[in-house]
Amino acid sequence: MNSLKRYAPQLTTLAIVLLLNYLVFPDFFKIEIANGKLYGTLIDVLNRGAPVALLCVGMTLVIATKGIDLSVGAVMAICGAVAASTVDSGGGVFMALSLALLAGLICGVWNGLLVSVLNIQPIIATLILMVAGRGIAQLITEGAILTFNDEGLIFVGSGSIFSIPMPILIWIAVGIIVTFIVRRTALGMLIESIGINQRASTFSGVNARVLLILVYMVSGLCAALAGTIAAADIRGADANNAGLWLELDAILAVVVGGTSLLGGRFTLIGSLIGAMIIQSINTGILLSGFPPEFNLIIKAAIIVIILVIQSPALQSKYIEYRDRREAEKPPADKENAS
Amino acid sequence: MFLKKVLASAAVIATVALSTTSALALTVGFSQIGSESGWRAAETTITLQQAKDRGIDLKFADAQQKQENQIKALRSFIAQGVDAIFVAPVVATGWDSVLKEVKEAGIPVILLDRTIDSSDDLYLTAVTSDFIYEGSVAGKWLVDAVDGKECSVVELQGTTGSAPAIERKEGFEQGLAGSNVSIIRSQTADFTRTKGKEVMESFLKAEGGGKNICALYAHNDDMAVGAIQAIKEAGLKPGSDILVVSIDAVPDIFKAMMAGEANATVELTPNMAGPAFDALDAFLKDGTLPPKWIQSESRLYTKDDDLQAIYDQKKDLGY
Repeated sequence: MNSLKRYAPQLTTLAIVLLLNYLVFPDFFKIEIANGKLYGTLIDVLNRGAPVALLCVGMTLVIATKGIDLSVGAVMAICGAVAASTVDSGGGVFMALSLALLAGLICGVWNGLLVSVLNIQPIIATLILMVAGRGIAQLITEGAILTFNDEGLIFVGSGSIFSIPMPILIWIAVGIIVTFIVRRTALGMLIESIGINQRASTFSGVNARVLLILVYMVSGLCAALAGTIAAADIRGADANNAGLWLELDAILAVVVGGTSLLGGRFTLIGSLIGAMIIQSINTGILLSGFPPEFNLIIKAAIIVIILVIQSPALQSKYIEYRDRREAEKPPADKENAS
Repeated sequence: MFLKKVLASAAVIATVALSTTSALALTVGFSQIGSESGWRAAETTITLQQAKDRGIDLKFADAQQKQENQIKALRSFIAQGVDAIFVAPVVATGWDSVLKEVKEAGIPVILLDRTIDSSDDLYLTAVTSDFIYEGSVAGKWLVDAVDGKECSVVELQGTTGSAPAIERKEGFEQGLAGSNVSIIRSQTADFTRTKGKEVMESFLKAEGGGKNICALYAHNDDMAVGAIQAIKEAGLKPGSDILVVSIDAVPDIFKAMMAGEANATVELTPNMAGPAFDALDAFLKDGTLPPKWIQSESRLYTKDDDLQAIYDQKKDLGY
C-alpha cells in the first residue's frame, strides 16, 4: 500500500494517458489471441515499449550515480549488427546473443572507464560512443541493412512463450532481476550514495570506481538486449536507424518515472512505468489518425503537462495551498456550530 | 645501384603517366555526398562502373556529408584541370562562389540526383528523379490492379516535411484521381523498417484487424518490408489480402516480391551518371546544350518482370 502510494503520480499519469487512448480508440483495451499470441493495442504498447523499457533500467542506475549514458542508442545499433552478422555468418542464436551481450558489455566498460578512471564528465564521455557507435555499427553491417532468416534470433523479437511476446517477457524479467539485486542487497543504497556525494562515499569505504564501471556495464548490457530485440523484430540490423534517439526517450522515461537527474534516490519501477507512459503516448498518436505533422507537437504538449504536474515547485505550492485551507477550516466549522 | 633502380622505376612511372594522359581519355571529377544510405552506395558503384565502361577517368571524392569538403573537392578538380565535374550536392544553398570559379575555369558542371538554389547558368544540367512522377506511377498501378473496385489504402509516409515524402504523396494522389481508390489512413514512419512495422500494426488494429484495408502504399521499400512483417503477424497475407506497392526498388523488396508478399515497386534509379555522361558527350562533341533538367527513369517493377535476374544484378551494388 505504501509503495503504491509512492508511485501514485506515475500511475495516475499512466491511467490518464491510457484513458485518452481509449477515447481516441474505443477498442484500445481489447485483447485476443491470434496465431497463438496475445494480440491487441495494449499488447503493442508493452511490446513496442520493450527497447525503451530495457534502456531505462540501465539508465536509471547510471542517472542515480549522477551520470548519464547518451550512447545507449548507438550501442543498440552495434549490438544489433553484431547479432545479425553472427547469424549471417553461420553462428546460432546463442552465439549471436552472447556476442551481442559481450559487445554491450565492452561498450559499458569503455564508458565506465572514461567516467570513473579518467574522470571525464559522463555527458561528454558517453557522447563519444554515441557519435562513433553508429560508425562502428556501419562497419559491421558494411553500410547496408543486414537481413537474416535465423528462426532462433527472430524468436527473440517476435516469438512468444505462453502467448506472451518475447520482448515483453524480457523487459519485465530484466526489470524484476535488476530491482531484486539492487534492492535486496546494499547495492542500490551504495549507488545512491555515490550520486549524492561521491567523495564522501569513497571516504566511508564505498568502492565508487568499481561501482561506476558496473552501472555503465549494466547500461551497456540492457542496450545490447534492446538492440538484439530491435534487430530481431525487423529481421535485419539497420545501423543508421536502430535505436535512433531512443537514449532521449529513455532519459525522459526515467525523469517522468520520478528519478532526479541530480542523482541519488532512484526508482526502477517508476522508470518502467515512465517508459510505458511514453510508449502509450506514441501508440495513441498513431491510433488517433491525426496528420503526422502533429505527432511531435502532441507528444511534446503531453510531456510538458506531465512534467509541470510533477514539478517540485508546483507540488510545494499545492501543499502550501492545502495547508492554508486546512488552517482556515476550523474557524469556519466554529461559525457553523454557533 | 639503388639510386639507379629508383630512377629507372621513376622513368617507367613517368612514361605510363604520359601515355595515359596522351590517350585523350576524358577526366571527370565526381564529388559524392558520402555514404548516407544503401541507395547512395549503389549510385557510387554505378557511376564508377559507367565511367569504366566508357573509358572515362573518374576522380572520386567522398565529402562525408560536409559541404566544405565538396567545395574543397571542386577546387582541387579545377587545379587538376578535369574536363567536367559531377556533384551530388549535400545541401541546396551556398554554391554560388565555388561554381563561379568552376565556370571561370571553363569546366561544365552536372548535378546528380539533387538540385541547388543557385542560378541555373552556373551548371550545365541536373539529372534528378521526379518524386511526383514516381508517386503517380505507383498510384496508377494500384488503380489498374484493383480494376474499378473500391479500395481503401493506408499510406506510410517518409520523414515529415522531406521533399520525397511530400512529393511522393502528392504524386500518388494524382495517380488515384478519379478512381475508386482512396487513402483512409496516412502516417509517417520515417523511412525506416522499425517504424514501418510499428505504424502498420496500429493501422491494422485501427481498421478492424486489417479487414478494411485493401492496399498499402509506402514511400520507400524499407517501410514496406517492415509493414509486410506486421501484416503477416496479424494473420493476413501481404500481396493478396493487402496489396503492397512502394518506391525505390531496393534488393530486399525483390525478395518479398518473389515470395508474393509485395506487388509492385517504382525504381528510384541509382544510374544518374548514365544520362549525365550522355549529356556531357553530346556537349563536348558539338556543343549541344542539354535541357536544364534531365529526368531519370522511374521504372515500375511487378511480378511480370524477371525478379530473380534484377535481384542478382542489384544485390552487389552496395544497397
